[in-house]
This record gives sequence, structure tokens and C-alpha cells, in this order.
Amino acid sequence: MLKDITIGQFFPGNSVVHRLDSRVKIIITIAFIVMLFLPNSFYGLGIGMVFVLGAFLLSRIPFKMMLKSLKPLIPILLFTGILNLFFISTGDVLFEWKLIKITTGGATTAAFMIIRIIGLIIGSSLLTYTTSPIALTDAIERLLSPLKKIKLPVHELAMMMTIALRFIPTLIEETDKIMSAQKARGADLETGSLIQRAKALVPILIPLFVSSFRRAEDLALAMECRCYHGGEGRTRLKQLKTAPRDYIALFVTAGFIALTVLADKML
Amino acid sequence: MAIIKTENLTYVYGEGTPFRKVAVDSVNLEIEEGEFVGVIGHTGSGKSTLIQHLNGLLKPTDGKVFIDGEQLWEDKKRLRDIRFKVGLVFQYPEYQLFEETVYKDIAFGPKNMGLSEDEIDRRIRETARMVGIREELFDKSPFELSGGQKRRVAIAGVMAMEPKVLILDEPASGLDPKGRDKILGQIREYHKEKKNTVLLVSHSMEDVAKHAGRILVMNKSKLYMYDTPVNVFAKADELSNMGLSVPQITRVFKRLSAMGVNVGEEVYTVYFAKDLTMKLLSNK
Repeated sequence: MLKDITIGQFFPGNSVVHRLDSRVKIIITIAFIVMLFLPNSFYGLGIGMVFVLGAFLLSRIPFKMMLKSLKPLIPILLFTGILNLFFISTGDVLFEWKLIKITTGGATTAAFMIIRIIGLIIGSSLLTYTTSPIALTDAIERLLSPLKKIKLPVHELAMMMTIALRFIPTLIEETDKIMSAQKARGADLETGSLIQRAKALVPILIPLFVSSFRRAEDLALAMECRCYHGGEGRTRLKQLKTAPRDYIALFVTAGFIALTVLADKML
Repeated sequence: MAIIKTENLTYVYGEGTPFRKVAVDSVNLEIEEGEFVGVIGHTGSGKSTLIQHLNGLLKPTDGKVFIDGEQLWEDKKRLRDIRFKVGLVFQYPEYQLFEETVYKDIAFGPKNMGLSEDEIDRRIRETARMVGIREELFDKSPFELSGGQKRRVAIAGVMAMEPKVLILDEPASGLDPKGRDKILGQIREYHKEKKNTVLLVSHSMEDVAKHAGRILVMNKSKLYMYDTPVNVFAKADELSNMGLSVPQITRVFKRLSAMGVNVGEEVYTVYFAKDLTMKLLSNK
């Protein structure tokens, strides 16, 4: 059950997409989101989808992983689809029965929204699949660094993110272990009413909190022992460097945005 | 009939990802009732994965597990009952403590079994005595106890279910030598008193040699040997090749016999060595 969580899951590889500078990848992802929200026609949206699917092919991430990231969002997709389908009533009526009325307007909006959300999920999971969490937070720190001028603690924010991301797998593992230990003592997590199940979580949550506090304390101590004192004058083991391929990628992305806008206007 | 039996047991982690790893590779095993088995193996040899199959926490990728003649995973509803039959104490079990008082925490397992109040009370008092937890501590919060006490409360929590098989994963790790001997001694007392099957997972050959009647050696996900200590330690060279060692005292006596002193090769505990030496000395 816990193994299915894919947030921040890095899928190591050596493709072009993997090797792109992480800052460039974040910028491209944002540009791609713009690409998804600019168009009002299926043509423009289609170009955006071609872009993200092309990037997916280039990354050589198994197709299965893409489906895996979509799976938990199926309820949301269905919900959005159904809401749009039934509650938008513009255009010709396709089907009518008592209170239910489906119109062409509703159907196209529903399809549009679903494709848009699928695109969003694929795009953002592609970013986390191809970029290690450390590279990602490094890039965020660098991209946000102008905000230091207005006294935003950028380094601290990035450090908190790094730590949080770093501890997701650890905490998942820990939860798994505690769950196993309590199951071995006959804890029943799968059956019973909602209240019974909520109560069954107590033996898992308390040890989890206790160990998280212990871990936080240990980590703080370890950081202090290594003289951590914030971002001032801190250097990096891996410097972010842009290569020609990064400029090419940015150029291609800009091209796709232009195409999207054009397709939307012309067709 | 063997209480634990595995047929071709195989378990693969992360199938279909770049992190795929065979953790347990076609293990065939039969453990008789009442046995005290030491399970040894290098870190990552698959011993922890193996034992999690014995109470149905992990589902084998391939192969079968039988407990007391009953095949696991045939009926998922039976798993919970199997878990009462095969008690598993994880590494660092003190991290699973959660109740307000020591008494309630030990009661968690027996309560899940649906036993009567009286029976639960009897079991708590009995197991607490066995692991050396005084009754004054019953009303304390488990988080107030010392490390060794917490560990013993957690072990008592599993013992109180009175499982037919008790499996302990490194019950003594992270304790000082005194706490170590105390816990292992108590586990041996438990085995003597209850005549139940006990599996003790350990890194330490000394501990295993001192307590176990049979030794199960895991190496590179495979079952390497399952035999008596004498036969296992006879293969000292093979063991050291896989990064395991025989007890120090065995090495000393092997060397002595290589030098021509007639001491035999079956020495693996200090006590036995002492008796043997005394005997040899008095014969002179």
C-alpha cells in the first residue's frame, strides 16, 4: 500500500531529460503549464500534449511509471469530467432525460479539462522522475535567490524542503516497520467500521510521532556538529552548470509555446 | 510434523524497477517443534525477510510456507490467527510501544486475541516475571523506562500472546553486555519453561553458540546450512569466507588441536571449554 506513493520519486537514468540542468527543467515545466492553460481549442492543447509526450519518450522512463502516477488521480479526473459534463449547458443538446442534460459544450469542456489535468500530472511527474530531490531543491533555491533582497529566507526554505523530501522514504519505511510490528501483535487495520479503523491507527501514529521527534532532534544535533549555520558562505559539491543542450531545450519550449498560441488563433 | 516448513520460498523486492533485488532465493526449510534455532547471516543476507514470511507479513513471490501444517496465504482471513501462533519480535521493538502504561502495552496483543480479562492479567504477570519487569512498573508510562526495560516490555508484549513459535530479530542489539546477557538468558529460560519453538536472529556467533540447539545460516539470499552447532562450526573456513566467524573459543581450540593437543573440535562455548580444560588438566 505504501509502496504506491510516487511523490518525489526519482527514477535514475542517463537520458537527455535527466541530464538537463534542473533549473532549466523547472522553468520548462512552468512554461509547459502555461502551454496547457493558454489555449482554448483542442489544437493548442494537442500541441502541448505532443510536447510532454515527446519529452516522456526522450526520458526513456517506462510507460508503466506514467500510468502509475496517473492512477491515484483517477477519482479526481472522473469527478471533474462528470461535473463538467452535467452542469455546463451550452451548445446543442446531445442527450436529455428528466433532469439530466448533456450538451456539446459540456462534453467538450469535460474532455478539455481531463486532458489538461492528465497533461499537468504527466508533466510534473516527469520533472520529479528525472530530477533527484537534491537537484530539485538546489534549483529552487537558485531560482528564488532574487527574493533574498526582500528578506525572504530562501536558503532556509530550500533546506526545509530538502529535509522533508529526504525523510519521505525514511518515514514510509518507518511506518511500514511499525505497521508490521503491530500487525504481528494482532492489530487489525483492514476491517471494521470507520471509527474502529481510526482507532486502529493509534498504535501506529504514536510510535511514528515519537520516532519523528527523536529523528528531528538527532538531525539537528548532527547538523550542528558539522557546524551548519545557515546558507551564508555555503558552497556546493555539485555546481549547477548550463550546457548547450539546456539552451536548445529552452528554445524548443519557446517554439512550442509560440505554436500553441498560433494554432489557437489560426485554427 | 515440522512446525515451520517452507517450500521453494522466494521473495523479490521492487519487481519491475531498477531496484529489483532477490531477497530470499528458493529456501527449503523444516524446523521441528520445540527447537531453539539460531539464525545467522551477514547484513542483507535475507534473514529478516525470511522471518517475516513465517507469520504472513510478507507474501512470497514464489513458493509456499506452512505453519503447523497449514499453508499461509491460502485463506487471507486466517493470517491473523497465524500471527498469534507465530510471535515476531522486530529489531528495536521498543519503538512499537504506544500505550499509556506498561501493563496496557503488554496487554495489546492478548487483547487482540480476544482473551478474557483474567487470562490477560495472568499472562501479563507471568511474562513480566519472565523478562524481569517488576510489577511496580506496571502503571508507569513505557516512555519513562530505561532502554533495556523498554526492550523487555516490548518482548513481553509478544510473549504474552503465548505463540507456539517465538521469533526474535536481534533482540540484544544496541544493549550493553550486561543487558545483552540478561535478555538472552531470559529468552532461554522462556524456551525451557514453555518448550516452545524459538528462532533467534543474531549477528553474534557467540550468542548463537551459547543458546541455540540448531543453527540456520543464510548467505546471499540462500539457505546455506541448517544443522547442529558442531556441524556448522566444523566449516569454519567456509563461514569466514562469507564474512561470518566461528566463536573465538572455537578458534582457540581448533588451533590447539592443530598443534597436537587432544581437545577435539567440538568446543564452541566458554563454559564447555572450561570444563574440558579442567578435565584435561586433572588427567595429567
